[in-house]
Amino acid sequence: MMAFDSLSAFWAMEGHGPYVWVCYGAFVLFLSGLALWSRSRRNAVLREQRRLLRLEEAGAPAQAPAAASFSRIHPS
Amino acid sequence: MWTLFHKFGSPKWFYGMANKLMPWLLVLGVGLLVAGLVWGLAFAPKDYLQGNSYRIIFIHVPSAFLAQSVYIMMAVAALVTLVWRMKLADLFVRSVAPVGAVLTFLALFTGAVWGKPTWGTWWIWDARLTSMLILLFLYFGVIVLGSAISDDKGSARAVAVLILVGVVNIPIIKYSVEWWNTLHQPATFKLTEKPSMPPEMWVPLLLSVLGLYLWFGWLACYRMQTEILWRERRTRWVRDLVQEGGH
Amino acid sequence: MTGNAPRVKVATVHVGTGHAMWAVVRRDLRSSFRQRQDLLNPLLFFFMVVTLFPLGVSPEVSFLQQAGTGILWVAALLSTLLSLDHLYRHDFDDGTLEQMVLQPQPLFLLVLAKSLAHWLLTGLPLVVLAPVLGVMLHLEGNSIAVLCLTLLIGTPVLSLIGAIGAALTLGLKAGGVLLSLLIIPLYIPVLIFGTGTVAAATEGAPVQGYLALMAAFLVLALTLAPFAAASALRISLSNS
Repeated sequence: MMAFDSLSAFWAMEGHGPYVWVCYGAFVLFLSGLALWSRSRRNAVLREQRRLLRLEEAGAPAQAPAAASFSRIHPS
Repeated sequence: MWTLFHKFGSPKWFYGMANKLMPWLLVLGVGLLVAGLVWGLAFAPKDYLQGNSYRIIFIHVPSAFLAQSVYIMMAVAALVTLVWRMKLADLFVRSVAPVGAVLTFLALFTGAVWGKPTWGTWWIWDARLTSMLILLFLYFGVIVLGSAISDDKGSARAVAVLILVGVVNIPIIKYSVEWWNTLHQPATFKLTEKPSMPPEMWVPLLLSVLGLYLWFGWLACYRMQTEILWRERRTRWVRDLVQEGGH
Repeated sequence: MTGNAPRVKVATVHVGTGHAMWAVVRRDLRSSFRQRQDLLNPLLFFFMVVTLFPLGVSPEVSFLQQAGTGILWVAALLSTLLSLDHLYRHDFDDGTLEQMVLQPQPLFLLVLAKSLAHWLLTGLPLVVLAPVLGVMLHLEGNSIAVLCLTLLIGTPVLSLIGAIGAALTLGLKAGGVLLSLLIIPLYIPVLIFGTGTVAAATEGAPVQGYLALMAAFLVLALTLAPFAAASALRISLSNS
């Protein structure tokens, strides 16, 4: 059934081993990389949103805090 | 009919739908993929011309198929964006463009590595690899243009125009590169000839292709959900979702 | 008193589409002649890039004859890319472009007119300069003739497709480099067939078929590209 007689034959693939395994490895690496990257993006979005919601609840404006407050300048 | 359309276009509806679909897509996708790859690696017979290196086909062909399909899907989404202004269509393009680019890169990489034992060289300017390379450039263009325009709606439409222009060009590019290849390649040694593949070879290939499509479906849903969570962050339902610790 | 105010006839002038297109072409030609650098830069660039190859690779006749067609075509392509940046930029900067979009005449025809002007100012001079450079690269007379023919048919296609890219990247910061990134993949078929036709001619094969195919590219570009460029212009203007 199996195309190879032994595990070492499976690994070596009659000399084509490095090529085949590099390709399969790259496949698994890049696809898991994509999945992990997607998850870290999701977490970043959620973190940012929770931060914004906390700021809102604390009564601060939802946007970035104002750079300067002109209400303290008195004309006189 | 329009209310139906409107419902399908709603990000909230999609988010819920995706939650229902994703477990199936992931389990079936990974299952089929693993089945196909293990079969192809360990159980399929050796190719009489290429020996064992042909086993790369089980990775190369699914990646290449998907890389091309994803661009076509983006083209359909681009049309929807321009004609119906559906937000979901643009979210799809944004989520899926990097995935398509990575798959194109994988197809190129595995194609090149396959070339070494087959033709003795790491890179060969044959029609298929060169077309894939140009497809990679098209993907990069879409990704870079999307991030260069700051306005969401405007960038959606600009990227949509670019994708449609690209998709019209794809058959022209393929034809040109194939013609160019016949000019410069004295011996036509096709990398993936379509010989009669015995079922022991094409069944695992089919499984791998299907598996990769389903896994892609899962990833696309997941990434689109993330985009929805960000774009719709000011809506009530997203705020509730985030606060109750949506994952 | 309220009664009979003199009725004023409002004169409406209908400007025919042909007139409008011709006006656009004339305007672009005139303004380019007034600011010569936009005209000369691509030509100089073409000349200099071609010169780089004998210097950088090899001045030997055998190499130049083999690579010459490709060098000339690639240099023509790059020069066109260079000149696309200012296709819309000047009009964008002074507000003329917005006026053009608001005209009653169909925008795609005005875009076509601008692309025509662009080709007259960039592509056509390249075609005129090409034989001189061809001689410098030791190409045969027959090859040079066919080369000029392919450039004549191909450079309008480059202008038309380039207009789409220029419209998409209008007003963006890294516009020029982004333009190249977007447009070069779309230029590849024209390049392949342009150089392939000359290669066939050098071997003595008949070229009518290839030229007909290139003409088909031109017709396709003429019919489709202005629409895409017009949409892209509207999108870019509403973004900025």
